[in-house]
Amino acid sequence: MSAMSIIYALLFYVATFIFVAGVGYKIYVFARTPQPLKIPTTPAPITYTGVALRMVREVTLFESLFKSNKWTWLFGWIFHLSLLLAFIRHLRYVLTPDNVLWPIINLELVQTAGKYAGYAMLLGLAGLLARRFVVDRVRYISSPSDYLMLLLLLTIAGSGLLMTFVSHVDIIALKGFVLGLLLFEWQLLPASPFLLIHLTLVALLMIIFPFSKLLHAPGVFFSPTRNQRDNPREQRHVAGWSAQIDNTKSADAG
Amino acid sequence: MADVQAPVLGEYQVIPHIQPDAMAGSKPYVAKPDHNKPLGFPGELVENWEQKAVAKLGELVNNSRALQVFLDSCVKCGACTDKCHYYLGTSDPKNMPVARQDLLRSVYRRYYTLPGKLFPSLVGARDMTKEVLDEWYSYFHQCSQCRRCSVFCPYGIDTAEISMAAREIMDSVGQGQKYCNEILAKVHRIGNNLGLPGPALEDTLLGLEEDVKEETGIDVKYPVDVKGADVLLVTPSADFFAEPHIDGLIGYGKVFHAAGISWTLSSHASEAGNFGMFVGSSENLHKVAKRIREAALDLGVKRIVVGECGHAWRVAYSFWNTLIGPFDFLDRRYPVPQHICEFTYDLIQQGALKFDKSANDDKVVTFHDSCNVARASRMGSMPGGQFIIPRAVVKASVNKFVDMAPETIFESTYCCGGGGGVLTDELIDLRVKGTQPRMLALRDVVESHGVTHVAAICAICKAQFSKVLPYYKFPMDMIQSVHGLVSKAIQLGPVNQ
Ligand code: SF4
Ligand code: SF4
Repeated sequence: MSAMSIIYALLFYVATFIFVAGVGYKIYVFARTPQPLKIPTTPAPITYTGVALRMVREVTLFESLFKSNKWTWLFGWIFHLSLLLAFIRHLRYVLTPDNVLWPIINLELVQTAGKYAGYAMLLGLAGLLARRFVVDRVRYISSPSDYLMLLLLLTIAGSGLLMTFVSHVDIIALKGFVLGLLLFEWQLLPASPFLLIHLTLVALLMIIFPFSKLLHAPGVFFSPTRNQRDNPREQRHVAGWSAQIDNTKSADAG
Repeated sequence: MADVQAPVLGEYQVIPHIQPDAMAGSKPYVAKPDHNKPLGFPGELVENWEQKAVAKLGELVNNSRALQVFLDSCVKCGACTDKCHYYLGTSDPKNMPVARQDLLRSVYRRYYTLPGKLFPSLVGARDMTKEVLDEWYSYFHQCSQCRRCSVFCPYGIDTAEISMAAREIMDSVGQGQKYCNEILAKVHRIGNNLGLPGPALEDTLLGLEEDVKEETGIDVKYPVDVKGADVLLVTPSADFFAEPHIDGLIGYGKVFHAAGISWTLSSHASEAGNFGMFVGSSENLHKVAKRIREAALDLGVKRIVVGECGHAWRVAYSFWNTLIGPFDFLDRRYPVPQHICEFTYDLIQQGALKFDKSANDDKVVTFHDSCNVARASRMGSMPGGQFIIPRAVVKASVNKFVDMAPETIFESTYCCGGGGGVLTDELIDLRVKGTQPRMLALRDVVESHGVTHVAAICAICKAQFSKVLPYYKFPMDMIQSVHGLVSKAIQLGPVNQ
């Protein structure tokens, strides 16, 4: 067992713990914080089904962003879709052939899509980065962390692509390492500079996730302007401070 | 303020390049102790205000999911940057919604997030300083809380919520805004934003009855404090005196008269507006709204109808049930509350009203969707009824109706530039510049369709239009109340009895 393997094994345990605990805690905070008033951005759906559909359109098609800015929509949508495809492709490292998902993950189509998604991801990210530089309004609102986040993702995508197309990694050994992590039977990590870069940055991404704007991922589901039903007249809504209101006293007096 | 220059209206709406600090000097008068104390706020800037402001921010974030989610979720995508009429009209980058949010988010990040505590400059986090407070005071009073940004944000981030929170924090440390706080104090004391006492209200209404009698020969009543009336009408107090608001009030009375439904105003609740929302104070929001519940119970009415006012309709439609409900003492066969446009529309649908549209043939009319009605409320039973119903009422009253460009109406409507507590003289520069996108859309239909009038259902819109139209070389009486148009066209008399 090399020192490198041990370091990376520990790194991934720490990163996973921070990611899961951090995002879990944040979701708990979002969920426990009351929303005292009805504030859906109208026209808004009246039913739960309508709200579910609005949310599905928002997270799959980026509906509001589409209304807003076609370039940002295009680059953002390409990036997120290719991230999803790449993620699905990566599942082959953690799943074993006896898993129900294995036949799907192993499909030629899924693997190829995931492979080339890397290029699409670079394109999407480059577009988003270019907007930060080129559009004066977007430059104005960008902090160093906003550029760094894009660079981080670009480097992750770039190092992944290099391993796929240029300097291949022993993926059997890599899978051994990953499964070893899952089963707590540590295996050797194949030595490859691109792999080390790739893994380090992915771990970093997981660590900063709960403290950064990446919280938009759980956040969107909790956004009251998007997830509330438009039914304040039909059903009295109370939460938090508004649940303390008791009007019956003044009613008796009147 | 003769030096205020209206922006030149170009061929089409351009997104300007940023001009940092273009509006840094714009700020409303600070409230005096007399304005603050009746609202439960400290008279002036308190000691240790930095710590107190930061603590208040934490408290607000813990008690509002909207605030918590909005502060954590913005990805700085910039999609909202060109959506605010104040940015389009002033070019000041701090009037871009995300930049406005960042004025507050930077402080939140500094005190309530790990990266902001560890690496403030990396993530744009800032200490709470006097400069920050001054910036807040200036730019959170350059937001009309119109929610246009929230339509276009992929996470629905609503800068209005952030502005309300910032104003509440400022109020809580004694840095209130004179215009809003003075008005709120009047409502608490007298019952309306104008400070019009009961007897003066009665006089005004008697005068109205005489005017209408002279004009139509018919005894249309404008009752106040009538116990046992069917309907309590709650309307913005501007309807009692200002033009063109008062034509709307005359119109409501004619509709009630024609329908034969008994109604009354209340001297206790003689204001639909609720500036408690503008200043973000839940206590004041609740306290102002409570007068309406009290009046309805006291007068023993069966229904509550709300007059033409944008933010008032938001408060009434979205918040009243929460704040002053349940309304089990009212007739639940009708929506509670009901908008006057819904009320009139229903009567039109039933064929209970007769119109002579030719009475408005001197006009080609367009309709300005008020922000709070468009993006924070509904009318009727269908989403989007808030766009259809007022237009249907206008179209029942006029022959010639034209809509403005689609990207400037409905949910994308541009604010009049005067909403959210900025309708005060010292902010006239902001108001004139902020109305530029609306004026451009209006200019287009004036030129292409010969539009002569723009109708609205908001007291603030009406006051703002009257003031800013002349800056753009339009006549100030171009702005009309929807029920002013109704008033002109509606046929009273035996047919309806
Ligand atoms: S709420 Fe309206 S005024 Fe305020 S930032 Fe958003 S678009 Fe601008
Ligand atoms: S559109 Fe929403 S997420 Fe994007 S910058 Fe504006 S507030 Fe932030």
